[in-house]
Amino acid sequence: MKRHEKRSYDPASQKMIQKAEKENIEIVWDRYDAMQPQCGFGELGICCKICNMGPCRIDPFGDGPQTGICGASKDTIVARNLVRMIASGAAAHSDHGRDIAHALLLAADGEAHDYHLKGTEKLKRTAQVYGIDTKGKSTEKIGKELGEKCLAEFGQQHGELRLLSLAPKKRQEIWRKLGIAPRGIDREIVEIMHRTHIGVDNDYKNVINHGMRAALGDGWGGSMIATELSDILFGSPEPIRATVNLGTLKKDHVNIVVHGHEPTLSDVVTDAVKDPELLALAKKYGAKGINLVGMCCTANEILMRHGLPSAGNFLQQELAILTGSVELMMVDVQCIMPALSSVANCFHTKLVTTSPKCKFPGVEHVEFKEEKALEIAKNIIRKGVENYKNRVQQRVDIPKEIKGLVAGFTTENAFRILGGKYRFTVRPLNDAIISGRLRGAAGVVGCNNPNIKHDWAHVEMVKELLRNDVLVVQTGCSAIACAKAGLLTPESAYEYAGVGLREVCEAVGIPPVLHVGSCVDNSRILLILSAVVAEGGLGEDISDLPAAGAAPEWMSEKAISIGFYFVGSGVYTVFGTPQPVMGSENVTNYITNEIEHTMGGKFAFEADPIKAAHMMIKHIDKKRKALKLGEVMYKEKTATVKK
Amino acid sequence: MKTKTKNIKIYCDITKCIGCRSCEMACAVEHSKSKNIYNALKEKPLPKKRVKAESSGKIIISLHCQHCQDAPCITACMSGALSKDEKTGATIQDKEKCVGCWMCVMACPFGAIVRDVENHIAVKCDLCPDRDDYACVVACPTGALFAGTEEEFRKRIEEKKAKEK
Repeated sequence: MKRHEKRSYDPASQKMIQKAEKENIEIVWDRYDAMQPQCGFGELGICCKICNMGPCRIDPFGDGPQTGICGASKDTIVARNLVRMIASGAAAHSDHGRDIAHALLLAADGEAHDYHLKGTEKLKRTAQVYGIDTKGKSTEKIGKELGEKCLAEFGQQHGELRLLSLAPKKRQEIWRKLGIAPRGIDREIVEIMHRTHIGVDNDYKNVINHGMRAALGDGWGGSMIATELSDILFGSPEPIRATVNLGTLKKDHVNIVVHGHEPTLSDVVTDAVKDPELLALAKKYGAKGINLVGMCCTANEILMRHGLPSAGNFLQQELAILTGSVELMMVDVQCIMPALSSVANCFHTKLVTTSPKCKFPGVEHVEFKEEKALEIAKNIIRKGVENYKNRVQQRVDIPKEIKGLVAGFTTENAFRILGGKYRFTVRPLNDAIISGRLRGAAGVVGCNNPNIKHDWAHVEMVKELLRNDVLVVQTGCSAIACAKAGLLTPESAYEYAGVGLREVCEAVGIPPVLHVGSCVDNSRILLILSAVVAEGGLGEDISDLPAAGAAPEWMSEKAISIGFYFVGSGVYTVFGTPQPVMGSENVTNYITNEIEHTMGGKFAFEADPIKAAHMMIKHIDKKRKALKLGEVMYKEKTATVKK
Repeated sequence: MKTKTKNIKIYCDITKCIGCRSCEMACAVEHSKSKNIYNALKEKPLPKKRVKAESSGKIIISLHCQHCQDAPCITACMSGALSKDEKTGATIQDKEKCVGCWMCVMACPFGAIVRDVENHIAVKCDLCPDRDDYACVVACPTGALFAGTEEEFRKRIEEKKAKEK
């Protein structure tokens, strides 16, 4: 196998990796190779640099120090490091939520006049959850009250987050009994930092349980606020067709890539590229038009709501620039590789940062402000259009790979699709699981990581689940990976789904893999699971459901926070490579075994995607048995009817 | 299996060693049954490292068996477990003969021989017989560790000094 084939599963990416090699441009895989072997202490989580008596390292092989200078055991050190990762992940998601809440307030006040509250139905429903009386009030008035209530929850000190009330009753009781129902979103994150300061919490279970509390404040707080308020501000997604992969870049158009996470900027950019003046300017420079594509989770946001193409996922950010066809890449926050500026320097591509939270040395910064959203967006696009004249057409190589997909599934429209316009229900899903037509459901989410062949683990895991009649929901870079492999089309049911799953897809008219959005939209999966529990017949809690989750190519701290809020909500969750906990047998045992007795969910680590898929299937079967459900309807694994 | 050349040992450039102990970790993993960090931790008894990152005043150094020409450990060994490999000049150990008297541990001027209490034998650097390169050298993030002959190491240091001038 050639080097580029080992690095990525996706043919478009392989071509760009070869190009980088040929032109001697350093990309993420080269840096990964140069970093080998990686530090064993870091990998095992037994390096502590929390105070200045340290840094301390535990000798995992026994004859060196077994405690830090303060006396912290390896259990304490591993647990503290782990929950600090949760703190960072939860902070990132929640800060995204805070920005959306802030934008909603400005829009409701009329200060951010480029935004309009498009999701009125969801506004009313969410307002009710927050106990806001909506009768006789204007949309703006409700939006303002809701925005204020949501913003207040970040700094809330007592009580519980309101959105926890959307979880099954039994789950809420578990949280209360264990004392881990989050009081405020920021409070729990701050408390992690306090507890892990030198000389505070050193009972590893107590440390991790608090980490769980902060993670729940992300999933049922910050992330859920981000999703719900984005739906209110930009409109709830509806199923929509789109295209994906580097082939979405156009040879004769000005190519603009929006990369990052928050939809506040990217959503107005979708309007800005339609501006007649800018289109005329593009024509003047010899381009046929302006082609806007997304990258990473920003791609998912504009894909879900506008059907705009996605150029790729996390490991393709440098590769998009390597096509030589990108005039401008604008970035906001999270998962933006600092290496982008050096790769962009090898081409005519202009990199523009937009968030005060994310600047690059030597890179142009155009600060985004909600109040002047459209004007700023147009200003940035203009820079891209003007850069078209600098493009060197001889250096342009756009891979032809492009795939269609259907995205835009949400908790709300899942009800409508399954139950029909007048019967708002997920009943058919529950019935399909009860009858054994479907074995269960799985969420496959998460990042890319050069420590595993790009996209390979996502695609192979999802195919294996589909063969075994497991309906798959996806978000983030994982969804983009499977979209590139053609799994997100209704037709893929014929090729990949087991007989039962294919029957369900045919009857309802959905793909066997449902794309529910960006990484903050993992909160949608929590709500779908809660809706399935509420519908009845599959137990009283999320932990009773024949369902499982996975992050086969995870890399970010956000993935750890997501993992923890899923486990804390009762979901069995398989991570690919282990979290940095293996240095402590006790912590590893706690999160992969013991925690199931209290939380109902637990972690497992398995880098082989097929083995991991079968661990999920085994768990789903265990839950089916506990619910006294029969065997799955169809024994044969692959679909027999081919299109 | 590597073809061993004469008089190779592991040297440490003390101006580059930062005491990160990556060599220790890599050594223990290389001498485990599984040769995988996660699985090595589950082995009983735990694998033993044969290198130690030491510090004394301003000097930090990763200390290895120097495979001395006139090795005090061989002289001290009462069971004949330690000997010189005539072809390579390395100080080698016959584990079957070792009785765990720890005389070699006491005699070694570098502290480079380690007690394996569970198996009651002494263990020392065996120059990674299962691989072509050397686990500690590969793991060293700063390039402080170097495997070669004394002349090669001297040349390397002199070249470095010349560059700095």
